[in-house]
Amino acid sequence: MPDNPPPPASSRRRFLAAAAGAGTALVAGGARARTTPDPHITEIQDWNRYLGDGVAAHPYGKPSKFERHVIRRDVEWLTASRESSVNFTPIHALDGIITPNGLCFERHHGGAPEIDPSKHRLMINGLVEKPLVFTMEDLKRFPGRMNRVYFLECAANGGMEWRGAQLNGCQFTHGMIHNVLYTGIPLKALLDEAGLRTSARWIMPEGADSSAMTRSIPIEKALKDCMVVWGMNGEALRQEQGYPLRIVVPGWEGNMWVKWLRRIEVGDQPWHHREETSKYTDLLADGRARRFTFIMDAKSVVTSPSPQAPLVARGPNVISGLAWSGRGTITRVDVSLDGGRNWTTARLDGPVLPLSLTRFYLDFDWDGRELLIQSRAMDETGYVQPGKAELRKVRGLNSIYHNNGIQTWLVRPDGETENVEVS
Amino acid sequence: MSRFRKALLAAFAAALVASPAPAKKAGLGRPALPEEIAAWDIDVRPDGAGLPPGRGSVKQGEALYLARCASCHGEFGEGAGRWPALAGGHGSLRGEAPEKTIGSFWPYPTTAFDYIRRAMPYGDARSLSDDEVYAITAFLLHQNDVVAADFVLSKENFTTVRLPNEAAFYGDDREQAERHFWTQEPCMKNCKPDAKITGRARVIDVTPEDGNKGLKVE
Ligand code: HEC
Repeated sequence: MPDNPPPPASSRRRFLAAAAGAGTALVAGGARARTTPDPHITEIQDWNRYLGDGVAAHPYGKPSKFERHVIRRDVEWLTASRESSVNFTPIHALDGIITPNGLCFERHHGGAPEIDPSKHRLMINGLVEKPLVFTMEDLKRFPGRMNRVYFLECAANGGMEWRGAQLNGCQFTHGMIHNVLYTGIPLKALLDEAGLRTSARWIMPEGADSSAMTRSIPIEKALKDCMVVWGMNGEALRQEQGYPLRIVVPGWEGNMWVKWLRRIEVGDQPWHHREETSKYTDLLADGRARRFTFIMDAKSVVTSPSPQAPLVARGPNVISGLAWSGRGTITRVDVSLDGGRNWTTARLDGPVLPLSLTRFYLDFDWDGRELLIQSRAMDETGYVQPGKAELRKVRGLNSIYHNNGIQTWLVRPDGETENVEVS
Repeated sequence: MSRFRKALLAAFAAALVASPAPAKKAGLGRPALPEEIAAWDIDVRPDGAGLPPGRGSVKQGEALYLARCASCHGEFGEGAGRWPALAGGHGSLRGEAPEKTIGSFWPYPTTAFDYIRRAMPYGDARSLSDDEVYAITAFLLHQNDVVAADFVLSKENFTTVRLPNEAAFYGDDREQAERHFWTQEPCMKNCKPDAKITGRARVIDVTPEDGNKGLKVE
């Protein structure tokens, strides 16, 4: 027996395998009775007999090698360069609400730089009483340190799906998202330290990387809940997530959460830089474009079953998914098994926090029927996640960003699951 | 209303925005030196704020562009392979395949100056002089039919240059234009007569092959 099973193959390959082995692929009902004893029980296994790894074997632990298929993946044809590109969180293989640090999707515009924290500086300048420079040590001495869980979603998450179902896997259709517990200080503390002039209306965070990323953020948001953070999920930020410092802009487009943060300028107008004009503006059907569409609308997706996580057995099954809203707390998620004709309210489980991923479940018995699975999120403002057709009616097909339409997965009688659209 | 009261109200409104009551200082950090601010504060706004002294002609820009930019962005800014196009695309925004370039889409020319100065050439950022950035920006504006072939772009005349698509941009109006996403009671039973499959990812199938591909990534 191979001790290291191959990672799940593409859905196409799995489909062929499933088709070839039909009958045996799906177990009906609960556990099947056996006539011969299970050797995994009756034979003494190596791990039961010999010593395992000592404590010095893995000073920094990694997931089991049997989980090695649970990784970020990219779509090569999307971009011209790997340094200005994106990979996707394997949300189909995760549960709960926290994204492990090594699996948080990456999007950067000039590669992920390696920055020595002892050489990193944060400058605050512009419309302030006293322009200041901070070291990492200064920042970590600030009073008012806090921990908050927030989702970060790239505004282009689902951007490939505007014209129709394209990618088979929620990792690719919805995986430009992660949810992390951040440690840092309120941005307000830093702005107060420098002293805002009364004309201050906007701030502009800037990165230290080779794209020197900049975005304009209204001062109200900066003072309300933005953070400057050095920690994620209890440890230092990962290099690809902005080590040693990034800004957190809760509920708003991921692109605004500038990584490798080295400077914050305060001004009285927005800067209209490349990432808020050429990019991250929403081109509508009439040729006009919305700009400063900062908030991420309520959205949800069933992560299992999904094309990379098909159903493997009839009988009891758990539909699992994620919901989130940039406008506040998720109040309800409904799930449909028949393409949106009838809906059942799902169970929210685990912490239900504002501006955070929220986990939902629907326990159900599958009789092997074809399913068209959808989920629909609602948030505390009363916003109801729209269908794709409703969204296209207002936005057209060219807007790239902010695709929060309802996703449909087709589950076939063999359990194979496919990205489809329904009428 | 008296001028005094008006002023007071204005000050109060401003204070509301810019955090009220002088906050207690932590006394951390140190004053930024003017040289330090000058080294990092290179951002430029549409009103010209932040533009450095300098100038450059379309002609100078052409030579620089061919040497430093054309390998990725194409000789005429049309984009080589999958690298971004910087010119062309006029009249494409309402079509099937909008081509968003400086001339067809961008609202402000200062954005090009700011971005080239901070981030280009890709992989060799901050290697151009200010005059060179003026010249290359002038060349790209010319490629987009915004300025004439003999144009010299400078700090002084920058804000006289306008891009044709400026008026097409407007602020986020989702809460009005998409109000119905808030007001509809979600249907629970018999919401539509049937649900027919209208599109499938499998037909297009551009999904990366399988795990092995992902494992290759560094
Ligand atoms: C090695 C390839 C390469 C070279 C050389 C290069 N660029 Fe770029 N350029 C890129 C890439 C890649 C991007 C997109 C970066 C991103 O995704 O953030 C880009 C983006 C741009 C953009 C923004 C395009 C848009 O639609 O938003 C402009 C303007 C630009 N480059 C100008 C220049 C200029 C001017 C030069 C020469 C001084 C130059 N580039 C040299 C690769 C290159």
